[in-house]
Amino acid sequence: MKKAWRSILVHALLLFGAALTLTPLLWMVSASFMPTGGANTVPPPILPMHPTFAHYIDLFTRLHLARDFGNSLFITVTVTVISVVVNAMAGYAFAKLRFGARDQLFRVLMAALVIPSQVGMMPLFLMVKGLGLVNTPWGVMIPGLASIFGIFMIRQFALSIPDDLLDAARIDGASEFRIFWTIVLPVLKPILVTMATFSFLSAWNDFMWPLIVLSDDAKYTLPVALANLVGEHVQDTELMMAGSVLTVLPVLIVFLVMQRSYIQGVLMGSVKG
Amino acid sequence: MSNQTSERRQRSAAWGFLLPALGLIAVFFFLPVLVGLVMSFTDFDVYAIGTPASIRFVGLRNYAQVLHDDEFWNALRNTFYFVAVGGPLSVLASLVAALLVNAKVARMKSFFRTVYFTPVVTTMVAVAIVWRYLLHPRYGLINAALVALHFKPVDWLGDPHYAMPAIILLAVWKNFGYNMLIFIAGLGSIPEDLYEAAELDGAGAWARFLHVTLPSLAPTFLFVGVMTMIGQFQIFQEPYVMTQGGPLRSTVTVVMLMYEQGFRWWRMGLATSIAFLLFVLMLVATAIQLRFQGGEARKA
Repeated sequence: MKKAWRSILVHALLLFGAALTLTPLLWMVSASFMPTGGANTVPPPILPMHPTFAHYIDLFTRLHLARDFGNSLFITVTVTVISVVVNAMAGYAFAKLRFGARDQLFRVLMAALVIPSQVGMMPLFLMVKGLGLVNTPWGVMIPGLASIFGIFMIRQFALSIPDDLLDAARIDGASEFRIFWTIVLPVLKPILVTMATFSFLSAWNDFMWPLIVLSDDAKYTLPVALANLVGEHVQDTELMMAGSVLTVLPVLIVFLVMQRSYIQGVLMGSVKG
Repeated sequence: MSNQTSERRQRSAAWGFLLPALGLIAVFFFLPVLVGLVMSFTDFDVYAIGTPASIRFVGLRNYAQVLHDDEFWNALRNTFYFVAVGGPLSVLASLVAALLVNAKVARMKSFFRTVYFTPVVTTMVAVAIVWRYLLHPRYGLINAALVALHFKPVDWLGDPHYAMPAIILLAVWKNFGYNMLIFIAGLGSIPEDLYEAAELDGAGAWARFLHVTLPSLAPTFLFVGVMTMIGQFQIFQEPYVMTQGGPLRSTVTVVMLMYEQGFRWWRMGLATSIAFLLFVLMLVATAIQLRFQGGEARKA
């Protein structure tokens, strides 16, 4: 009997928590389909009485959000591909290749993890400006192309590759690059998928750096465009909700598809290295 | 092939593999950090961007100016408020969620886990905008719920006393799922026989929680506490999107002040000194936490 009550209580709390967690997101979707002004009534409506796609059409035609979506997608995919390759090579080298200064170098990188990005932000902006990359997607991508945390995660995973496997390939005369390409990369695949997911989500959601680098509407990423849009259209609740849905949808889909490896990655990152 | 040639080849291959990553990190991370440190001792401002020759060393003047500025102390107070209230709340929410999902009787664990984690992956700018409307004094769902429960409606983002609490609500909602995962992992690694032994000793559910679960989670608490605090000290997006620092500057944070000084007024020397002050602050706060909580974690 006691157990049944406990079960009811636990599930009631779980459902209540789930409702609280999902309400903002569900309301966002619901309000995005309400006609203009439809969300601003008392009491606030939960579901659209007369659903409309008007705001989504508005976003894609008048407000050029398709362009910003494209900017975001280009930046996110490019950063993800480059950073996974670059971090994989470095992580593997730190884990499995023997060279002098390896451990000292790795310790320096680990120590640098505590440095918040803000302390280098002003000089980085001047460098990006000097390179003529202000207001370009490349200027946005630069800080994300290699990541100390990514190198660390891949190294931890690569440590488990048996040395015998690599040495056997060396005896067969395979070059180090060939070994990396044909033996190491396939073994690393699970962690690379995880890191790609991490990178995709963080590049897509990034806000402060793109806000600093981009000054021209036509170059905005979706979050920057959205923050800008809310300044002009703060009264248009339903339109802003449609914009928010559009911004959140890609990352939600990527997360739901990749959740197993993503969650594993979060747990791996929390294990003391 | 001799061992020596193999080692030489490995060495040169290693540097080849490391070059892209280390090059990028050296040029676009370490270099800016070092230049930033130097810059914080100069009067680098909007004129310096055009004529770098006009830059002068001013010693500690930027730091002195920041530390004598009421704006900075206000931003620091707001940031501390966010960290000191939002941090524990967020950790508590994570722990409760983890205990519920991890409960023996709970069904559909992975469903609830995914639901609770979902806000973590969403775009902060987008959900901050959603919350602006949820917190709307007249049309927002949150006030509608308060009124339904016979509370007075609150002017969340218009009242300097409620703006920061509103931002904390958003931050807790957005982030509790992350630490929940880590707590679930921590709970899973507590050996079952500890609970059985406690039960044999006649410990009830509450006593088992106090004397087995909590002490065993001490290392998890430490990790979660430090990581949460480090992230929270850098809060920027939530107030930028929700309040622009208002009302009455009650939600200006340290990073927001740095952003304004650096990228709105182009006082880059001054802005960098704010960034370094924040860094020092984070180091000190982390050291304190390691000292107090670290002892507990080692005992476990």
